[in-house]
Amino acid sequence: MDDSRPIFLQIAEQLENDIVSGALPEESQVPSTNELAAYLRINPATAGKGVNLLVEAGILYKKRGIGMFVADGARERLVAQRRDRFREQYIAPLLAEARGLGITPTQLAAMIGEEDAR
Amino acid sequence: MSTIVRATGLTKTYGIGGGAVHAVSDASFALEENRIHGLLGRNGAGKTTLMQLLTGQEFATRGTIEVFGERPVENARVLDRVCFIKESQRYPDDFRVRHVLRSAPGFFPEWDADFADELVERFRVPLGRRMKKLSRGQLSAVGVIVGLASRAPLTFFDEPYLGLDAVARQLFYDVLLADYAEHPRTVILSTHLIDEVSNLLEHVLVIDDGRIVIDADADDLRGAAIDVVGARSAVDAFTADREVLHRAGLGGLATATVANLDDAGRKAARDAGLELAPVSLQQLVIRTTVGANAGHTNGENE
Repeated sequence: MDDSRPIFLQIAEQLENDIVSGALPEESQVPSTNELAAYLRINPATAGKGVNLLVEAGILYKKRGIGMFVADGARERLVAQRRDRFREQYIAPLLAEARGLGITPTQLAAMIGEEDAR
Repeated sequence: MSTIVRATGLTKTYGIGGGAVHAVSDASFALEENRIHGLLGRNGAGKTTLMQLLTGQEFATRGTIEVFGERPVENARVLDRVCFIKESQRYPDDFRVRHVLRSAPGFFPEWDADFADELVERFRVPLGRRMKKLSRGQLSAVGVIVGLASRAPLTFFDEPYLGLDAVARQLFYDVLLADYAEHPRTVILSTHLIDEVSNLLEHVLVIDDGRIVIDADADDLRGAAIDVVGARSAVDAFTADREVLHRAGLGGLATATVANLDDAGRKAARDAGLELAPVSLQQLVIRTTVGANAGHTNGENE
């Protein structure tokens, strides 16, 4: 857990990461709030808040008496959301740092190509 | 959610006249049911006095206390539902560990003897040993076992970890979380090992010099303050019209702990060439209780 952001947001993000990576496939069961709390050593109410965030967003759904499951189509929706954020989260800071070091956008593009080819 | 503890204008003064000591000064707060609350503060800040007031073991000089909606003093309806584990607990001279566990059901209607036995094994407490022969850590372990197995609807732990090693403390936190999840109840944990418990707490009260200085949800405190680090002139310019909790500097470098910096503020700091670093709950408490400008001297470093 990092100290700069609320834990419930970090829980939601961690679950999202697992859905995007495929570790939590669609229609699979998500660990219970108490399991998450015990494993991550956090308050169960905080874990519940993180899970509820994803329920409200339709990423997870509840099967009464059984538990939480990953919704159909959840991965695709998360990937789309993350693509939207990719520019501001990664491209903008990358360009800013490159500019500070005197690397032009063209040089940067070439560097990305070289790195990918390695 | 309902309120289980409410204090209004609570004040406890020892002595009279010029020598009077205000152990608790005009404290007003409400604690919600079925949460884990942290009561944080320095030694002598008033944590223990506050818990003694809430459990009816001390009389308030001024102000009112409601626990389960009633006054706690000499009130069995309240005290039957309360467990107070304190560091300085005394036991009858000839008591052995098993006597403590056997007498516990008389004090705590919800006592779970099987759970207590399991904890005795896990904390490796010698059942047959006399209480006064126990090591400091074993004595603390007995307190922790009684506090957990009491399953009291309102449980106070006043620095329950003295002498417990890191393994036993982690065991306490893990068992507390697991048992709280199974049997929700209100827990008030007084500690100054804040880093160890910050993820367990849902709500935090910080007391300093008898006054409540922070009363907030733990998650709201995350990111509530942020360290701004950089050249002294840039830090000074950036913080000129902002709320600064603490400053420190080394030569031309300065660090300012800034409260409530929003996204725009963060961007402004980065654009000014300043670096941002998160502030842990423990650091936030230290910086809140040490006085805003205590570190505002050249050459001071943390």
